[in-house]
Amino acid sequence: MEKTLNTKFTYTEKKDTRSGFGDGLLEAGRKNPEVVGLCADLIGSLKMGAFQKEFPERFFQVGIAEANMMGLAAGMTIGGKIPFTGTFANFSTGRVYDQIRQSIAYSGKNVKICASHAGVTLGEDGATHQILEDVGMMKMLPHMTVINPCDYNQTKAATMAIAEHEGPVYLRFGRPSWPIFTDKDQKFEIGKAWKMIEGKDVTIFATGHLVWEAVVAEAMLAEEGISAEVINIHTIKPLDEEAILESVAKTGCCVSAEEHQLNGGLGDSIAQTLVRNNPVPMEFVGVDDSFGESGTPMDLMKKYGLKAENIVEKAKKALARK
Amino acid sequence: MEKLSIDQLNKTCSQVRRDILRMVHAVNSGHPGGSLGCTEFFVALYFNQMEHTTDFDMDGRNEDLFFLSNGHISPVWYSVLARSGYFGVEELATFRKIDSRLQGHPTTEENLPGIRIASGSLGQGMSAAIGAAQAKKINGDDKTVFVLMGDGEQQEGQVWEAAMYAAHHKVDNLIATIDVNRQQIDGLTTEVMDLQDLRKKYEAFGWEVVETKDGNNMEEVISVIEKAKSLLGKGKPVMNLLHTEMGYGVDFMVGTHKWHGVAPNDEQLENALGQLEESLGDY
Ligand SMILES: Cc1ncc(C[n+]2csc(CCOP(=O)(O)OP(=O)(O)O)c2C)c(N)n1
Ligand SMILES: [Mg+2]
Repeated sequence: MEKTLNTKFTYTEKKDTRSGFGDGLLEAGRKNPEVVGLCADLIGSLKMGAFQKEFPERFFQVGIAEANMMGLAAGMTIGGKIPFTGTFANFSTGRVYDQIRQSIAYSGKNVKICASHAGVTLGEDGATHQILEDVGMMKMLPHMTVINPCDYNQTKAATMAIAEHEGPVYLRFGRPSWPIFTDKDQKFEIGKAWKMIEGKDVTIFATGHLVWEAVVAEAMLAEEGISAEVINIHTIKPLDEEAILESVAKTGCCVSAEEHQLNGGLGDSIAQTLVRNNPVPMEFVGVDDSFGESGTPMDLMKKYGLKAENIVEKAKKALARK
Repeated sequence: MEKLSIDQLNKTCSQVRRDILRMVHAVNSGHPGGSLGCTEFFVALYFNQMEHTTDFDMDGRNEDLFFLSNGHISPVWYSVLARSGYFGVEELATFRKIDSRLQGHPTTEENLPGIRIASGSLGQGMSAAIGAAQAKKINGDDKTVFVLMGDGEQQEGQVWEAAMYAAHHKVDNLIATIDVNRQQIDGLTTEVMDLQDLRKKYEAFGWEVVETKDGNNMEEVISVIEKAKSLLGKGKPVMNLLHTEMGYGVDFMVGTHKWHGVAPNDEQLENALGQLEESLGDY
């Protein structure tokens, strides 16, 4: 169905965003000798093997010990290293929240927390692994930058960009093979929203895997004569409030779309911005206060209401409230 | 439950191994390696050693309880729970599919009989088992709590917090077991993060330690569990170091971490099933 639609962005290839991280890390390592990698028994899953191979003396296997990994990373910054930690999003956040809070965020350490298998699209492993609260936890931490890129190319660019950025960063990506629809050699500007598609009736603010769904939703809405603007919010914190307010000043209503709990996600942050500045009607696409479960990524996207169809429905609802 | 003979137990193992392989193959995901390696242990517990009822009740008063900390080996547990009567074997076909009670990692959210706490995030199960063992003591319940962990899992700090606590509080109605298969996701435990001498470590933490040299030999598995039981009630928690071979029972899967979390393809499944007697009938 997606193929017959006239989407403004298209793809010929699919790849997992975690591979974008692995390839970006290798590049960052080549560019900057201070970059070091740490991993908790998930080198293959995180795609850190190439970095390990090329820079064995700058790579540390810590075993299944995520709390220790966060502390080690914090320590390595004292002496100028730029540590990239790698494990699943659940074990990168909830498992080690206080270690991140005290040793990394509060201490202002230059650690890059790189988190794969975020959200329901990790699929069959089920709810124990499908964290949907990580963005909330991380964005609440003072000093923390939170980034959720949308495809392989953007994840690679983001990985390279955070190596240049001073301060703690949470970089969130995923497991499934996903359309590659953004430019290969894009420049990634932390904190700068990207207006991908101009529109005038409703704005779709999307992050992560759901940016692709937003692109599809725009085409579906266009077929019904509704003009949607699509904005890629790859950086959830700091939030590009200016871009958000400028867009809704024009469209007058919006939808947020994310593979995350509604509580504490991107939508929450946008809503705060709107309430304080320009309270236009807003609808939310995300997981509504429930854990995930086992299933194929697509079955789960459907069951938890994360598809383009859901964005379309919510966009119409927002429009009707104008 | 009627106790099975060694011969019947071994036949059951063969069927459980078939179940494991068919389950992971059907969804092309899940963890066959550790499941196959721990089959004798699970079958021994549920068909011979545990005093338990399949009439599931969360509190499990006056029966032995089992906790699985290394939740990724759910296939072996689901098969053994189904084969011992907790739920119908046909439900094994729903493993890891949407709307199933047989989640990738065991959970209580879907109310699957036999499961008392979610696991999958490693390192947490022994704490819960110790808590349940203490609840039994408070209740004047003299039954035993069993918990299984992985050897890679021993790298989690929480395991050692729990180990220290259990000895300090004399939790002597607990038999913990470690699946010592010497493997984890990234390779050998000695290469990833060396555990060194687990016997000495647990002894130093104040535990009684027994060792099952061949955890894939049913007679030995049973005799060591019986020995562990004989050490209960003496003021110390008991640890059983269960040496197994990951992937045991299938020649091309045995002894490597490659099958930790990879399902066989059609051909590999057929080859594997050819090595395992369909003793109780496939689901
Ligand atoms: C806290 C946590 N970190 C990482 C993982 C990912 N993970 C799943 S299984 C596994 C390896 C476990 O090794 P071991 O306990 O030896 O089990 P085996 O591979 O022998 O079955 C890892 C790292 C996890 N499930 N939980
Ligand atoms: Mg192991």
